[in-house]
Amino acid sequence: GPGGGAALENANPLIYRRSGERPVTAREEDDELPDSIDDREIFDLIRSINDPEHPLTLEELNVVEQVRVKVNDAESTVAVEFTPTIPHCSMATLIGLSIKVKLIRSLPERFKLDVHITPGTHASEHAVNKQLADKERVAAALENSHLLEVVNQCLSARS
Amino acid sequence: CLENTDPRTRGRGIQLLSQVLLQCYSLLQEKEVLHLVLFYENRLQDHHLVIPSVLQGLRALSMCEVLSPGLAVSVLKAIFQEVHVQSLLQLDRHTVYSIITNFMGTREEELKGLGADFTFGFIQVMDGEKDPRNLLVAFQIVHDLITKNYALGPFVEELFEVTSCYFPIDFTPPPNDPHGIQREDLILSLRAVLASTPQFAEFLLPLLIEKMDSDLQSAKLDSLQTLTACCAIYGQKELQEFLPSLWSSLRREVFQTASEKVEAECLAALHALSACLSCSVLSSDTEDLLDSFLSSILQDCRHHLCEPDMKLVWPSAKLLQAAAGASLRTYHRVTRSVLPLLLEQYTKHPQSSQRRTILEMLLGFLELQQKWGHVEEDESTLLSLRAPVCSVVFSALTDPSVQLQLVGTRALTVLGSLQGLLSPSDLELVVDHLIRLALHEEDSQSSEAAMEAAGSLAPIYPKVFSGRMVPRLEEELQSEREGESPRDHRSLRQRCLQALAAVSIHTSIVRETVPVLLQHLRKVHKGSESGNTQDMVSVCQSLHRVALQCQRDTESCWYYHQAVVPCLLAMAVQAAMQESTHPLLGKALLKEEVLAAMVPVISAATTHLSPELAAQSVSHVVPLFLEGEVTFLPQNSFPCSFQPFEDGECLEAQRRLVVLLMAFVCSLPRDVVIPQQERLLRELLVLSCSCNCPFTATTAAKCFAGLVNKHPAGQQLDEILQLAVNRMEPGLAEGPRRTQALTLLLWVRPALDGGAGESQGGRPGADSALPAQVTKALVLRYHPLSSRLTDKLLGLLGDAELGPAAADGFSLLMAESPDVLHKGCHADVRIMFRQRFFTDNVPKLVQGFHGAGPDVKANYLKGLSHVLNHLPKPVLVTELPTLLSLLLEALSCSDRVVQLSTLGCLQPLLLEAPQIMSLHVDTLVTKFLSLTSSPAMAVRIAALRCAHALTSLPTTVLLPYKARVIRALAKPLDDKKRLVRKEAVAARGEW
Repeated sequence: GPGGGAALENANPLIYRRSGERPVTAREEDDELPDSIDDREIFDLIRSINDPEHPLTLEELNVVEQVRVKVNDAESTVAVEFTPTIPHCSMATLIGLSIKVKLIRSLPERFKLDVHITPGTHASEHAVNKQLADKERVAAALENSHLLEVVNQCLSARS
Repeated sequence: CLENTDPRTRGRGIQLLSQVLLQCYSLLQEKEVLHLVLFYENRLQDHHLVIPSVLQGLRALSMCEVLSPGLAVSVLKAIFQEVHVQSLLQLDRHTVYSIITNFMGTREEELKGLGADFTFGFIQVMDGEKDPRNLLVAFQIVHDLITKNYALGPFVEELFEVTSCYFPIDFTPPPNDPHGIQREDLILSLRAVLASTPQFAEFLLPLLIEKMDSDLQSAKLDSLQTLTACCAIYGQKELQEFLPSLWSSLRREVFQTASEKVEAECLAALHALSACLSCSVLSSDTEDLLDSFLSSILQDCRHHLCEPDMKLVWPSAKLLQAAAGASLRTYHRVTRSVLPLLLEQYTKHPQSSQRRTILEMLLGFLELQQKWGHVEEDESTLLSLRAPVCSVVFSALTDPSVQLQLVGTRALTVLGSLQGLLSPSDLELVVDHLIRLALHEEDSQSSEAAMEAAGSLAPIYPKVFSGRMVPRLEEELQSEREGESPRDHRSLRQRCLQALAAVSIHTSIVRETVPVLLQHLRKVHKGSESGNTQDMVSVCQSLHRVALQCQRDTESCWYYHQAVVPCLLAMAVQAAMQESTHPLLGKALLKEEVLAAMVPVISAATTHLSPELAAQSVSHVVPLFLEGEVTFLPQNSFPCSFQPFEDGECLEAQRRLVVLLMAFVCSLPRDVVIPQQERLLRELLVLSCSCNCPFTATTAAKCFAGLVNKHPAGQQLDEILQLAVNRMEPGLAEGPRRTQALTLLLWVRPALDGGAGESQGGRPGADSALPAQVTKALVLRYHPLSSRLTDKLLGLLGDAELGPAAADGFSLLMAESPDVLHKGCHADVRIMFRQRFFTDNVPKLVQGFHGAGPDVKANYLKGLSHVLNHLPKPVLVTELPTLLSLLLEALSCSDRVVQLSTLGCLQPLLLEAPQIMSLHVDTLVTKFLSLTSSPAMAVRIAALRCAHALTSLPTTVLLPYKARVIRALAKPLDDKKRLVRKEAVAARGEW
């Protein structure tokens, strides 16, 4: 599990490079022109979330990828697929929850969020997706102070 | 009283005596001391209520210089025997430590006569000590026992136990602790004890190994740092038994840790261990353990290097590099095994991202080689692998991945810096690669990296670069390519210019590149292309960079000055004359931006001249401007005369060149005498007040200011300043016709010359440029006139017409101006002048603000904003109480500059002085939130940053606002600008 002395489920996982900071364009600096919310912007919100088990980010573990983020600013929808590192990863729900909380906190209320596991990459894909889609259950989970603390840890900036 | 039967009364008597002794111990005679010592020793057996006062008395006696031999030992023996120290109060225990410390300071030899008994006695004294104040003293005593070679006898382990039981220190000073003992003090003083002797090794190392596995990060760090400290005094003998477990603990931590600090300390410890093993002196029958230690490291880490995608690749590489960096021997041993492996892996892995990782590791090992300077022929693995290493690096340079190219370029720089490694043919290839990347690689990062590499290698191989690179760059610069878009062509030329500047780092190269750059400038000047303004600015930028690089070397500096300054002046003078005879020619060279780009070139070519050479140059340049003396210029046959200070419409272009005079004359070292200085100052003054062109007027004022700044104090200076004031004051004076005069001027001026006016400001603009410049010159030196002129400027803030310009003038007063009046130009700048300006004038600004009418209030806030913007933050924090109310008011000001600067001031204050800011949390929250919907993006961003910084206030203060802020911050999450949304996300997440 996270912290403690228990053995890691996957001690030497494959790692991927972090993409750099999004370069600021001249257009973005122009006061007049609007910038729509795009896939990269959503990806930037979630890529630095910490994995609950490794001192690595979800991006470095390839749990989230920009190609698996779909946003439609006009219709106010966001869909994020995430890929657990191993099919039996016990942290899948927690990771999904962290992504969801980060998006709830960071996006305008108008957005409808859909966070789910990349099809075919986890043994209990269906059950996890169902939990993540269940508004009441997500709300209840966030009332749980212990769970909230773990989620906040995943969302905290790295020291 | 001393014999009273009530111990309390006896105690009071002894207390009185002890207090007296503490005052007068230095006056006592030897006999008196003896008598007192015997008395006090005897009293140690008295009632426990009396003991504290007895100890005070002994402390006084322990400071006596006339203490007879033997008494110190006898006092200590008595204390060890009669007093159970740990049952005393903290203060009394402290007294005992003081007595011991005093004796150790003055009676070292006597105490050593006690042998190990003294050590044992002390162990009993400190055993069980709990108070951090006492521990600091006790640790110091133990440290002295060990380092001053007191006999430890059979008590080494006891001494270790009695100190190591505090390891690792977990002490948090209580809040409002008046003693100021920090955790760090205890950690360091205990570490000094533990790492003071190899005799502790057999007990300490197992303890450190155990604590490295602690759940507490602080315990891990302390253990690692203590281990590193021990390695400085240990040898192989002490480490031998523990090497396997030390290695496995270090490896485990580096492989598993999430903390960069822990990783860094582990690597430092491994480095120290390897270094310790490398330099241990061994007896002839001992086996050298370095090899087997390194073997186990290699065995555990090497295979991870073959998996460049996996998590453990970097931890393994870092461990190997930490060991390899310890000594030349470790370096050879590790690289002999690792370098061939990495080269093989590079070939095996075709993907760019994997190759990049492998090359980065290789680079790490190459950089270690730099530590030992040149490559030694006999042992170096690198030398034997030169060919494959070069081919790997060259292949990275031609890879399509920019990231791989960048690592390749860094590796190339390191290889080149290892003297004697690269062969002449390698070097030619290196230069060819650098030219290709610098000029033709699409990605600008890669091109810049190649130029930087060329810049660092050029001084090592000047012949190769001046012989091979410069001619190629010149050729590219001159080539007129057919079929290429003008844009591509321009960017190629741009890169050539940058590359020429980058390699101009050795005097022999400078002599090649400067003529090429000047030749190109002439060519662009003659050409009639539309975009040649930008081209000229680019050449000037390159020339500027070369000038900066030449400053380090006297010879290059003078060569550069002689080659460049007359050439630029000649081109400018010629262009200005052509403009005088044929107006509307519109020479690019005379445009303000091109002239402004020449200023730093001339300035940088001048600041580092020796006084003799500078005097030689000034004797040409000043007569050129005052008398039109052109003989020293190359190509000096001109159609008419050069008279920049004369009146006349057609001389407008010539007058502008005063900016070049300014660049030169204001950059001279202070002790260089300027010929005809008084006349020059008068001419500048007239020009600054009479010229209609704001550029020229400002320039003249700046040049005047620069010269006044360096002018020696005295009557001459006072006269010229009076002249300046006399010219300035009527121009600024109040009067019924002021506005009309301005209006008339604004209409008549463009009507007269018919074109679109570049001088919309007219006279008042020119005048208000002058006081700001001159005032600045004086503020720096605190001339008596300075406060009068500053007051004048303050007064103008209330002027509806000139107020805004005056407010902006404050930024000029506080900022470091780039071309005159800064230290680089040898200006006389007092340290702390900003603080002084602040304390002198901010009260006046505040007062002015409160007295001002609503239409001009913003001017005062703006002035204040400029002052605050340039003030060091620590000063701000201390001045905060007086200003905070004004800053809060400034938040409601509608001027964006004021809003931005106020937010910029408040943000660090929130972080640094949360207590004071907490008092205003209500206003702050309201204003910040309302500014998050400002129409200006920069203001929204600054307001969100402040809202973010609010979270550093105490939680109890914030809690009532939490819901409101989180709700309000939802709106900027949907801002139309991405940069605003980013700040909103950060701020809201923190709330």
